[in-house]
Amino acid sequence: MSHQQTITPEDEGTPPRPPGERPRNGTGGVSHARDFGRGFWVKLVLVALIDAGAVYGILSAVSVSQWAIAGFLVLALVLVNWAYFSKRALPAKYLLPGLVFLFVYVIFSACYTAFIAFTNYGDGHNSTKSDAVQAILIQNEQRVEGSAAYPLTIVSQGGTLGFAVVQDGTVEVGTQDDPLAPVTGATADGDKAATVPGWDVLGFAQIAQEQDAVVNLRVPVSDDAADGSLRTSDGLTAYVYQSTMTYDPATDTMTDSATGTVYTADDHGNFRSADGTALTPGWRVTVGFENFTRAFTDSRISGPFLQILVWTFAFAFLSVLTTFALGLFLAVVFNDPRIRGRKVYRALLILPYAFPGFLAALVWKGMLNVDFGFVNQTLLHGASIPWLTDPWLAKLSVLMVNLWLGFPYMFLVCTGALQSIPGDVLESAKMDGASPVRVQRSIVFPLLMVSVAPLLVSSFAFNFNNFSLIYMLTGGGPDFQGTPIIVGHTDILISMVYSVAFESGVKQYGFASALSILIFVIVGVISWWGFRRTRRLEEL
Amino acid sequence: MSYTEVRAPKATATNVNADHVRGLRWWKEIGWRHVVGVVMIIICVVPLLYVLSASLVPGGTLTGSNQLFRSFDLSNYTNLGDRGFWSWARNSLIVCTVTAIGTVLMGAAAAYAFSRFRFRGRRGTLTGLLLAQMFPQTLAFVAIFLLLLTIGEVFPALGLNSLLGLICVYLGGALGVNTFLMYGFFNTVPRELDEAAKIDGATHAQIFWTIILRLVTPILAVVGLLSFVSSFGDFLIAKVVIQRPEQYTVAVGLYSLAADERTAPWGLFAAGAVVAAIPVILLFMFLQRYIVGGLTSGSVKG
Repeated sequence: MSHQQTITPEDEGTPPRPPGERPRNGTGGVSHARDFGRGFWVKLVLVALIDAGAVYGILSAVSVSQWAIAGFLVLALVLVNWAYFSKRALPAKYLLPGLVFLFVYVIFSACYTAFIAFTNYGDGHNSTKSDAVQAILIQNEQRVEGSAAYPLTIVSQGGTLGFAVVQDGTVEVGTQDDPLAPVTGATADGDKAATVPGWDVLGFAQIAQEQDAVVNLRVPVSDDAADGSLRTSDGLTAYVYQSTMTYDPATDTMTDSATGTVYTADDHGNFRSADGTALTPGWRVTVGFENFTRAFTDSRISGPFLQILVWTFAFAFLSVLTTFALGLFLAVVFNDPRIRGRKVYRALLILPYAFPGFLAALVWKGMLNVDFGFVNQTLLHGASIPWLTDPWLAKLSVLMVNLWLGFPYMFLVCTGALQSIPGDVLESAKMDGASPVRVQRSIVFPLLMVSVAPLLVSSFAFNFNNFSLIYMLTGGGPDFQGTPIIVGHTDILISMVYSVAFESGVKQYGFASALSILIFVIVGVISWWGFRRTRRLEEL
Repeated sequence: MSYTEVRAPKATATNVNADHVRGLRWWKEIGWRHVVGVVMIIICVVPLLYVLSASLVPGGTLTGSNQLFRSFDLSNYTNLGDRGFWSWARNSLIVCTVTAIGTVLMGAAAAYAFSRFRFRGRRGTLTGLLLAQMFPQTLAFVAIFLLLLTIGEVFPALGLNSLLGLICVYLGGALGVNTFLMYGFFNTVPRELDEAAKIDGATHAQIFWTIILRLVTPILAVVGLLSFVSSFGDFLIAKVVIQRPEQYTVAVGLYSLAADERTAPWGLFAAGAVVAAIPVILLFMFLQRYIVGGLTSGSVKG
């Protein structure tokens, strides 16, 4: 860093000159070669560490065939070294670290969300077609009738179990991930492997201990899943299992040799037979706008979805309205210098805002419990009001808890805004004979809105995505009946996304991403509209 | 404040001493405000007292916690370790501290570049930052989950179930609102100071580390603490990224304790909640005026 001499013109903030005119090392400043200050060495070590990490990452990405990551790392490596060792890239030295994180975890993840929204990514469609073919072949393996039996030795290496068998006089070892391969130096005892260098031979007691793992172990005969695998049912003898399915790449079909059924690849990432039966797993394909239209056209989802959509708007709007009304009211009430102990009031009133929101939701969840909660048992002397289990009361509870959580923020903001209203404006209004109510309505409120309105828009956007409140307070419940995804009366869109993605049994990342994009569009449009309106307020 | 300053002399001028209004008039003008205040404070404080009281009931369930301050017993606090609370607290502390430091350093560096250098693409980058803020990270949690799943194959330390992975996700938000907050503040530091230092032979790095950063310490503290508090309170991303109980942050851990409130170890949860909330509440009390000031001034500028 300190190799950069700042007497060159570029450092003074003038636009960079064309490369040809740039002062060269030794003319405009001290060259790299002669400036090895402490900062330079710190930089060298840091960049070297980053380079080492990136090179490791590139090698490991290539080894697991993650070409996108490898490509990104190569690019990042070049950029980092260019930025920190070139004399030109002065702003880049300061911007690069933040931009790299921003790019990967915000911009890329936003674009990736948009991409997933157009695919059927999810449980049953997790991977590529060739993975799906392999998985189907493996799933449908059966013991080949009349095939040879292999006396089996079970071996282990650092916790990984393997099978050792003797084939044509040589000992071969394989594990779940590595197909059978000859091992040099291994000895056989008749047709059974006796010792295998590098592997521990398990005795009967150990096999009994690992019984489940041994019975479930599947050791592929070769890299091709069609060749089948070795499996055992007793830990003593292994048999070759082969798939009853055969895949024909030419016609893109899967044929069940046992029943003769032909399954053809369809455009939704499944092999499907003529009568509509699909083989699982399928693979990931793009499905166009299907995820977007599904929320409206799938009759089992569209009803709950529309209810959730309406409730999300109602929840966000009413949350802003109630918190703002109460906050403004309190701000006006306490904006009188004659009140003693205003500081104490303020400090105590912001407690709910200071209390971490996720904790507040959990505490209220306990307090509002029907049978044992504090509200029913102590405050209402043993009433059993279903605060969180009745659809309408649950909505009311969510709004009330959010009011409790949110009004102090509005109170703070309104207090600040009220105090920044210039006194002479108010005084001149009074001189002109305006009544106190009139002053509040025509002077204070409009001036207040100028500074508070943008915060109301942000507050709306925040509450629109207030996942933790809903998830922790009601969990979205009470649930709708008969929907294929687990959603309920108090779910808002973002908690519906969570449920679709992770908690409804079958994970549907594609549909969840499409809903995320929908939320983004809604919030974006409303914010844009809201901020435009607030600009207009400023011109008053 | 000017509003209040104007009113006070006016009150005395009309020969009504503001501090000595008595009787019915006092009730009409001031007394009812105290009533409102006391009612609101009760509403604010009761749930907090409830948590505190629940945390002092030994082996408490939901039912046993309904009578406020029935018993005083610290066994819930001493038993917190059995459920792994202290390792959650340590995880949260690590994640939030590293995130806060990273956010401050990267945000300050970016704000320095925007404030002091004029370069091609400067406006574009600033606008781009503004636009990137439009898409909140929480909306992309599905993509973040899948992204970390993939990254984990290459760098297991940055993948799912890793605190470092979670920190990196949080650092994705380091540029953004914070940068604009700091950018405004950096602009208030006179450029003449930089120029004087430059003439004395300081490099841009020396100016950044030894002059600018020293002068903007208040905003650094505010941004750091805000970042700390927001990553401390984050639940969604932490829940998506972290799945093993020993790696939980406080938010995810306490949720797992209280998830089913019927069978939950309620006293234990309450004790954890008290321990987790106290530092945050103190921070807020301390930060109060900065937050309000920053919010309103930032919003007027749009």
